[in-house]
Amino acid sequence: MSNDSASSKQKVTSTDEFIKGLWRDNPVFVQVLGMCPVLAVSNTAINALAMGLATAFVLLMSNILVSLLRNFVPKQVRIASYILIIATFVTVTDYAIQAISVELHKSLGAFISLIVVNCLILSRAEAFASKNTVSKSIFDALGMGVGFTFALFCLGAVREILGNGSLFDIALFPEGFQSWIVMILPAGGFFTLAIWLLIINKIQTRKTKL
Amino acid sequence: MSEVANIKTQNPASSKKMLLAMVGIGIMSALLIVSTFELTLPRVQRLKAEALEKAIFEVLPGTVNMQAFGVNESSELFELNEGEKAETTVYAGYDDNKNIVGYAIEASGQGYADIIRILYGYKPDEEIILGFQVLESKETPGLGDKIEKEERFLNNFKALDVSLTDNKEIKNTVITVKQGEKQNPWEIDGITGATISSRAIGDIIGASSTTLVPILNNHYRKNNKN
Repeated sequence: MSNDSASSKQKVTSTDEFIKGLWRDNPVFVQVLGMCPVLAVSNTAINALAMGLATAFVLLMSNILVSLLRNFVPKQVRIASYILIIATFVTVTDYAIQAISVELHKSLGAFISLIVVNCLILSRAEAFASKNTVSKSIFDALGMGVGFTFALFCLGAVREILGNGSLFDIALFPEGFQSWIVMILPAGGFFTLAIWLLIINKIQTRKTKL
Repeated sequence: MSEVANIKTQNPASSKKMLLAMVGIGIMSALLIVSTFELTLPRVQRLKAEALEKAIFEVLPGTVNMQAFGVNESSELFELNEGEKAETTVYAGYDDNKNIVGYAIEASGQGYADIIRILYGYKPDEEIILGFQVLESKETPGLGDKIEKEERFLNNFKALDVSLTDNKEIKNTVITVKQGEKQNPWEIDGITGATISSRAIGDIIGASSTTLVPILNNHYRKNNKN
């Protein structure tokens, strides 16, 4: 990769802010943040995608607002105000999803409100948006959001294929396939996450050795 | 610790600022939430009404018109105006000739995760339950939600026996049995892997049909001309 740490320190472009969330600092595979939705809602590919996109939207909006208000909010109340901002956008997202499709809301309903406590969003607000300009924060949020969605999809796809024998509700295996029910259960989330972390870490350590 | 001291020296006496920031963000949040709620409310209500209507047509094939009824203490039906809700709501479905096709009954009960709300169709002339839809559930995605998707399970509700005795009581209460052990027409074949959810459906329908089917059967015989 061209943007190794030395060069990126000198001049961080917007593209770098975007790319880092996808791979180098992927919120799930590298930072291991926001594990609650990662494990809970990644049992089918479509749930994982919808959850990822909802989280990305909240992340984007909260990053913009936190960055806009960064000189206005005193340090002592910053965490409280971040949570207020995040909770607001989660509620807005909840209403929006209800208005888009009752079906989708039915399958995600319980988990949408849990975005509030996703530490990924709070950590981006605290570690990035509160110290950087709005445009940089937007790219950071987009990168992290897409990276999060991608990681959730990686888990969701594996779990749905093994646990239900399908992908996006389309059956992949012939009739006789015995699905691994454990993959749909919470335990399957841990297994899948562990295997993905193993693979990603292997690739990343090999890269640093070279 | 040192950070706390640091903050204190950095901006002394900033209570006003803190208050201003929190109140300001609070007001902004409130405005945003309320306006989104107001904006989406009509559409959400329309979608929910549409979903209910679709569910009614689904559980009562052949319906063209419907009328909502509530059930009062003396076990009689009274008409509800549009948008009204009663404690127990049933919908009578009519065909082209204003004959009653059947009744769609709303019922709810405890599932695995939360209350499950369902709608099922009762066909009084054949004394069967002939359709079933989940209106609201928070059952585990991928497992408990099989009660909405698995065809083998849904096939249970093509002709579930709820015939009445001569005393106008239900002969056999609807019940869920283990997968593959269904023997009688009033039994629901359960789902392995969604045991509690599928049993909950049996319990909900069992309890609701025991009280409502005699009432509806009575209403049907009084109101249907043929």
